[in-house]
Amino acid sequence: MGDLDGRGDLAHAFEAPELSFEPTRVADGVVAMTMDTEASMREYIKINLKVPFVGSVGPVAAAFDFLASAAPGVREILTVGKYAYEVRERHYDLVIVDATASGHIIGHVAAPDALHELVRMGPILDQVKWMNKILHDHDTTGIVMVATPEEMPATETIELRDRLENETSLGRAGVIINRVLPELFSRPEEKVFGTFASEAGRKALREVAGPAVDAVIDGASFASNLRRSRTQHIERLFAEFPNDPVLAVPQLFVRSEGLRVTKLLATALSEELGVS
Amino acid sequence: MSVETLLASKEVIVVTGPGGVGKTSVAAALGACATTRLSGKVLVLTVDPARRLATALGLESFGNVERQVDAKLFADAGYEPIGELWIAMLDTKASWDDLIVQHAPDVSTRDAILGNALYRNITGRFVQSHDYIAMERLHEIHTSGRYDLVIVDTPPTRSALDFLDAPERMADFFSSRLLRWLIAPARSRLVNAAAKPFTLIADKLLGAKFLTDIGEFFLLFQTLYDGFVERATSVQRTLGDARTSFVVVTTPEPGPAAEARFLLEELASRSYGIGAVIANRVLPEVFRTRGAPTAAKTLRSNADSLSATLQKSADVETGEGVLREVADRFDDFRLLAAQGEAVLESLQAGLPAVSAPVVSVPYLETEITDLAGVLELGEQLL
Repeated sequence: MGDLDGRGDLAHAFEAPELSFEPTRVADGVVAMTMDTEASMREYIKINLKVPFVGSVGPVAAAFDFLASAAPGVREILTVGKYAYEVRERHYDLVIVDATASGHIIGHVAAPDALHELVRMGPILDQVKWMNKILHDHDTTGIVMVATPEEMPATETIELRDRLENETSLGRAGVIINRVLPELFSRPEEKVFGTFASEAGRKALREVAGPAVDAVIDGASFASNLRRSRTQHIERLFAEFPNDPVLAVPQLFVRSEGLRVTKLLATALSEELGVS
Repeated sequence: MSVETLLASKEVIVVTGPGGVGKTSVAAALGACATTRLSGKVLVLTVDPARRLATALGLESFGNVERQVDAKLFADAGYEPIGELWIAMLDTKASWDDLIVQHAPDVSTRDAILGNALYRNITGRFVQSHDYIAMERLHEIHTSGRYDLVIVDTPPTRSALDFLDAPERMADFFSSRLLRWLIAPARSRLVNAAAKPFTLIADKLLGAKFLTDIGEFFLLFQTLYDGFVERATSVQRTLGDARTSFVVVTTPEPGPAAEARFLLEELASRSYGIGAVIANRVLPEVFRTRGAPTAAKTLRSNADSLSATLQKSADVETGEGVLREVADRFDDFRLLAAQGEAVLESLQAGLPAVSAPVVSVPYLETEITDLAGVLELGEQLL
């Protein structure tokens, strides 16, 4: 597993020590790394261009920074290229990349395409070719889009789908709707809840459970309304992706974060996939 | 300083924060509230496409051209606007083209740049170009004096920093020694000893042909050099000016709050003015009511008898289920509310250098679909 932005957030999910460009084991059968474009460039030069390690770090870093600002796609191709390389070399059975936000991902995955358009010849073209072969093969590479059931995330997911289709040759592997709130009441239950939440109902409940019961009723009403406002986005995502696997993962109500949450999410995903 | 004072006293408000916390809505809400309270023209400049927001503001769509929100919509929402509300969305490609058209020294340079393949790729696809042009646009609007207040929302946190640093990076880029080397004829590159490691990498990595293309493009682009550096410096000054204030938006969740803290520290280290920290989507107070957990427990343990009493002839079993569900959901959300409270407390405690108020905005049960909704959010901010 790795990221594209070098933040190393995956360490937190596995409660592992700080990650680096060198993959480290974070769980049984799972290794993780974090992106470091400079390290990636050094590796790239060493492996692909058959140039021995280039002197001290200073000039390399300066040259890299400059190249990345001047030549579109250089920074992106070093990140995407690293993971494509791991796939090409079959170092792992599965490579999972925690990518950047939906607005930025096109710049990364389309970087080889962009360079291909710009560079008609030269060494970089060969690199672009094998990267694209891996990225564009739908049996090898797939984009998984994750959205919460809210207006903007749902819209961005649909827009990302369109951009992936129009601007890249990448395939989709599925959509995950995260933080789905539990269904509170069915229609008949809703009616019963209405009776309980009426002034007469509250009065009776207060007699048994005390005045604080109003907060409990109001809280449930809030949860119910929130769930209802999100339902439309869940339905919209299912409707927009009729031929993709769409998985719904529940909102977790737990106090901790880190490995325990990762395990709970993994269990929820397994259940959705039917592989538990 | 309260948010209301901020709206009355600043010329530029930059709304920033992690992704998915409602920055665009907050920016729109600030703009709408400024319009109902103050005279003058307010522009909300959004960098992200927000179709729902466009619809909410009665506009079919909006783009690079600034559009005014109809005063009638304010009346429909029960408000009397005192000022004018305008809105625009950044269109990266169109903004770059405008910039080139406006600043190219002559028609042939202009056309050469606009038709250059590298130019089209950079402006159309790469994030950095988006950041830079957003700043250019802010600068152009601010210096034009067309608006009394410009509220701009920015890309998510890490990119927000790129966004803020974009003008400086552009200026650095244009004055770099390596750029001069790149646009020098290929022959002289080989004898330039100082650039040797770079030559080696650049030629091996990109190939001489591509380097020449890049060089040609930047040779054209260099004609715009003076203007770029001048405006970059000016934008930098505007951001640090007392008339500019930053509003950092977060949600009370650990991830976004950590990003918000990082952002606040970075802003402070650049000596930018921080006007407010907005904690959006804070769960309502009911979840913190004293005695409520006990009441929920009582509901759960007496669900059968309570249902029988309340329902009389109706389905007692359904009533039991509903009462248990009510109690369970209350407990679930109470946990989230407590977590959120802890997150905000630690955010506040970790920021001794920032004196800005932390404003909590309750979670809206329904989504914003019209100007009334935008204004309702705004009222919570003030």
